[in-house]
Amino acid sequence: MNKQQKNQVALNAFGPGAQALFHIVLGLFALACIVPFLFVIIISFTSEDSIRQIGYSFMPLSWSTQAYSYVFQLGDALWRSYFNSFLITVVGTVLSVAICVLYSYPLYRKDFKYRNFFNFLSFFTMIFGGGLVPTFVVCKTLLGLSDNYAALIVPLLFSPFNVIVMRTFFQTTVPRELIEASTIDGAGEYRTLLQIVLPVVKPGIATIALLNALAFWNEWFLSLLYITKNMNVIPLQYLLMRMQRNADFLAKNSAMLGADAAQAARNLPSQSLKMALVVFIVVPIACAYPFFQRYVVAGLTVGSVKG
Amino acid sequence: MKVKPMRRWSWKDFWLITMVLPGAIWLLLIRYLPMLGVVIAFKDYKAQKPNTFWNNLMKSKWVGLKNFAFLKSPATVTMIRNTLLYNGVWIVLVLVLAVTLAVMMSELKNRFAAKAYQTMMFFPYFLSWVVASYFVLAFLDPTSGMIPSIQKSLGLKPTQFYMTTTWWPLILTISNLWKNVGYSSVLYLAAITGIDTTLYEAAAVDGATKRQQVWHVTLPGIRPMIVILLIMSVGKIFNADFGLFYNVPQNSGPLYPVTQVIDTYVYNTYANTHNLGMSAAAGLLQSVVGCVCIVITNGVVRRIDAESSLF
Repeated sequence: MNKQQKNQVALNAFGPGAQALFHIVLGLFALACIVPFLFVIIISFTSEDSIRQIGYSFMPLSWSTQAYSYVFQLGDALWRSYFNSFLITVVGTVLSVAICVLYSYPLYRKDFKYRNFFNFLSFFTMIFGGGLVPTFVVCKTLLGLSDNYAALIVPLLFSPFNVIVMRTFFQTTVPRELIEASTIDGAGEYRTLLQIVLPVVKPGIATIALLNALAFWNEWFLSLLYITKNMNVIPLQYLLMRMQRNADFLAKNSAMLGADAAQAARNLPSQSLKMALVVFIVVPIACAYPFFQRYVVAGLTVGSVKG
Repeated sequence: MKVKPMRRWSWKDFWLITMVLPGAIWLLLIRYLPMLGVVIAFKDYKAQKPNTFWNNLMKSKWVGLKNFAFLKSPATVTMIRNTLLYNGVWIVLVLVLAVTLAVMMSELKNRFAAKAYQTMMFFPYFLSWVVASYFVLAFLDPTSGMIPSIQKSLGLKPTQFYMTTTWWPLILTISNLWKNVGYSSVLYLAAITGIDTTLYEAAAVDGATKRQQVWHVTLPGIRPMIVILLIMSVGKIFNADFGLFYNVPQNSGPLYPVTQVIDTYVYNTYANTHNLGMSAAAGLLQSVVGCVCIVITNGVVRRIDAESSLF
């Protein structure tokens, strides 16, 4: 290779040394991002004996599927909350996507008289809010959002950020002539939206749906706030959270509380069982993840561009 | 009498209004009504008979600024310091790391590897803090966590992580970087991909080395994205990530000096004392200061570079 060619290469890409360095840095960080999950999977398959002897380890002394058979013995509490998680995610996603599309479409229409008003109505809430307590009081005492499914869905139904994302999707993918043509042909507003516009913005809807589904699936804060008595409606995330708290409480106080509590503590799920539950929560995400990653990137990139 | 010229009422506007209605009602009920509810911060809010929202609000005693007395307690200084310090340091760290990793990914010749790294780095963003808190527990749990177990096997005294404050600034920082750096770098990578490739060719023709190209083409190319994400995070500097500070340290009392932030304070005050007035006061203060922060940062950015400002 003569000198000139060598220079040419140096100007087009980093040399092999730098490339190797990049691979090491990126590879280590990428690995660090998924190792905790792999670790939890390993723990969930570790036998109780091994945990008692050497604690959690990447190389347990012996393996076991005991934790998973415990999981199935948990029975109702587990399946109920698994079902709740799915129910909340599906209902929440469908409703929030509908509300989001219906709200952002008129904001995209330049000929909508009250466009600026509704735009501001949504945007302002991104800058200022009443705070946790007033929102909680309004939802609980005025709207009756307490100890029911609605409490876990309604407070998350609308997101100003998603409205900006969706409106940008309309602006970039739906030509305004399409709407004019449709209006001239005599189609009503709803018909234009449903039959003409929606098919064009399908990728945008997929993005919004995924962002919402993720938010609902990962939700635990609303349960913490609004569910006090009715544990029949809690999702898996909150069940997992409660388990840690209850186990700690009983473990710490079993001596003080007497034989009954000690018995209860012994019957409580073992350490590996909780890790098995974590696996149960993450697996649906991990399975769907490679397929929806692309849409989420698209949505987040669009959303961070000025609306 | 002169009548202002007005656009005629039309069926089109009517139908479009029916579309925004569900969202608008939600906003009024769940966002704007609580804004009126901030008067709770100035009241000794108690359940009245009958226990309805308006009745409670009207009949509760007006106490003026008494609910803000918590500002004098030393715990307040700690939580404000924690919130600002963690957020401030993390904004810088996330920015520097995410941009560095994004540039590296964009410069990799092996596109398949770059894609694989991106997929792995983005993964934590999709998990909740509840799940992440179990990941941390797997390493730190006092009875069987990996680090205490290793300490035991070496004959050392195992660290009681959930009782000692020493390591928590580091643990929280690692947790936060673990969850957010990958996400930000994916955003920056998307911005880098959008840079016109002819700029690099032109720079190469002018004899710029690859390193110079990164400084003079890539970084200026993603500047708008950096500025927008920066405004958003500086505007939210008074809002801590509740899930991180509540779940990852298991809301452990002895750790409060280094883990208590405004958000967890508001929640813990409510959960432990049911003093709604005081939690509302802390929340109101946070909202107002946060709002001022956003407006100021945006104003500064608009003065420097009007194109990049948020509004």
